[in-house]
Amino acid sequence: MSKIYYSPSHEYIRVEEDGTGFIGISDFAQHQLGNVVYVDMPEEGDEITAGEDFGAIESVKAASDLIAPVSGTVIAVNEALEDNPRLVNEDAMTNWIIKVEISDSTELDTLLDEEAYKALCENEH
Amino acid sequence: MDQNKRTCLYDSHVKLGAQISPFGGFDMPIQYKGIVEEHNAVREACGMFDVSHMGEVAVTGPEAERFVNYIFTNDLTGAPTGKCYYGMMLHPSGGTVDDLIVYKRGDNDFFLVINAANIDKDVTWITSHATGFDVKIDHQSDLYGEIAIQGPKAESIIIEELNLPVADLEFYSFSTYEYNGDQIIISRTGYTGEDGFEIYASNATTQKIWDTLISTGRVEPCGLGCRDTLRFEVGLPLYGDELADDITPIEAGLGIFVKLDKPDFIGKDAIAAQKAEGVKRKLVGIELQDRAIPRHGYEILNADDEVVGHVTTGYHAISVDKSIAMALVDAKYAALGTELKVRIRRKTFPAVVVKKKFYKKSYKQ
Repeated sequence: MSKIYYSPSHEYIRVEEDGTGFIGISDFAQHQLGNVVYVDMPEEGDEITAGEDFGAIESVKAASDLIAPVSGTVIAVNEALEDNPRLVNEDAMTNWIIKVEISDSTELDTLLDEEAYKALCENEH
Repeated sequence: MDQNKRTCLYDSHVKLGAQISPFGGFDMPIQYKGIVEEHNAVREACGMFDVSHMGEVAVTGPEAERFVNYIFTNDLTGAPTGKCYYGMMLHPSGGTVDDLIVYKRGDNDFFLVINAANIDKDVTWITSHATGFDVKIDHQSDLYGEIAIQGPKAESIIIEELNLPVADLEFYSFSTYEYNGDQIIISRTGYTGEDGFEIYASNATTQKIWDTLISTGRVEPCGLGCRDTLRFEVGLPLYGDELADDITPIEAGLGIFVKLDKPDFIGKDAIAAQKAEGVKRKLVGIELQDRAIPRHGYEILNADDEVVGHVTTGYHAISVDKSIAMALVDAKYAALGTELKVRIRRKTFPAVVVKKKFYKKSYKQ
């Protein structure tokens, strides 16, 4: 079974049993952004560091940094978003942005679970 | 920090579920349904904007024409009543204090419409230069609300829903109408590249016009988000992006609004010198092949990776589906077809200089 964690900056990571994780932005975040027109993604093999930006997601109006929820190595990027960034609006949870090999799974403990994240969103709304 | 101001329509925006953000000292609606839907509504049908944040200053008195001509770059000499004139107020250096529209309401009776973010600066500027002129300067921003109704269906909607006969208004002209027991001003002006009107009225009448048109369901309420994408696509400048205290109208490609053959005005000598010597930097259009979006402030590089300018406004444009920008660049790199690069975060992307008018205007002539 995979498990989903969230960061306060609205990225999620869906952790698989093999220790890899799919990182994307939450449904709340895509809704706040509005029409996504571009996703600036890292390349396969790039290292990402928890708390630092690994790319950006752009709506018509503005660019927002994508912040890595954990550290790791990028093992895949979602190439479908290059041609059709709107997929993030259609289903943010299915349309992940990068897949990573997590380097330190204890970093997951600093993230929010579904319930805590929901509470955070309600506060921001 | 001071609280942002609110326009007379603020509660209506909240009721419509607008996303509200600060702009020019006001809490303004950025979008309701979404920038793309609202942008397309203006291009295809009709959108309605609250632009009550814009400032208004009345200049009257025996020397009003001579005075406005002295602080304004366009020429009002012998101007007919009922016409609007776009132009700038300049610093002696030629840099831009603000861009504005002057309405000629009568002999020695002018109505100046200025940018929200510049209201305090402009009123101080205008007042401080009026010494020695027999004029009365009346800052009236609090008296007026302003609504912009824009798009190919704007004319018929105003005629049918407000019963106001605006069909005969020519582009950049205005007239006074009676509505709701009030005198209102309507001009055939706008900031979208589409046919459209701007209505100046008391706060109460502004509310009445807004509510009336919303209730017809024939106008899309539009926020400042799409106002910016619309004006950008047709190459219209925004003060703070394409114009600023240190950017001259010549650099911004707006020389036709600066009349050097009229009597003295503030900034004239600097502009004349700049025209004679040629500008060092120019506002250009640039187009990217990639979808990456050049935003305000991003660096423009030449082939040797030297910084030669910066982006003033950029979008993945809605009506033309391309990543395009306006950029202020070293004049050496301003020729159409010049190959440049834009730095977008960690990467650089090739770009080429193109015309600034990315999308064709559809004004009624």
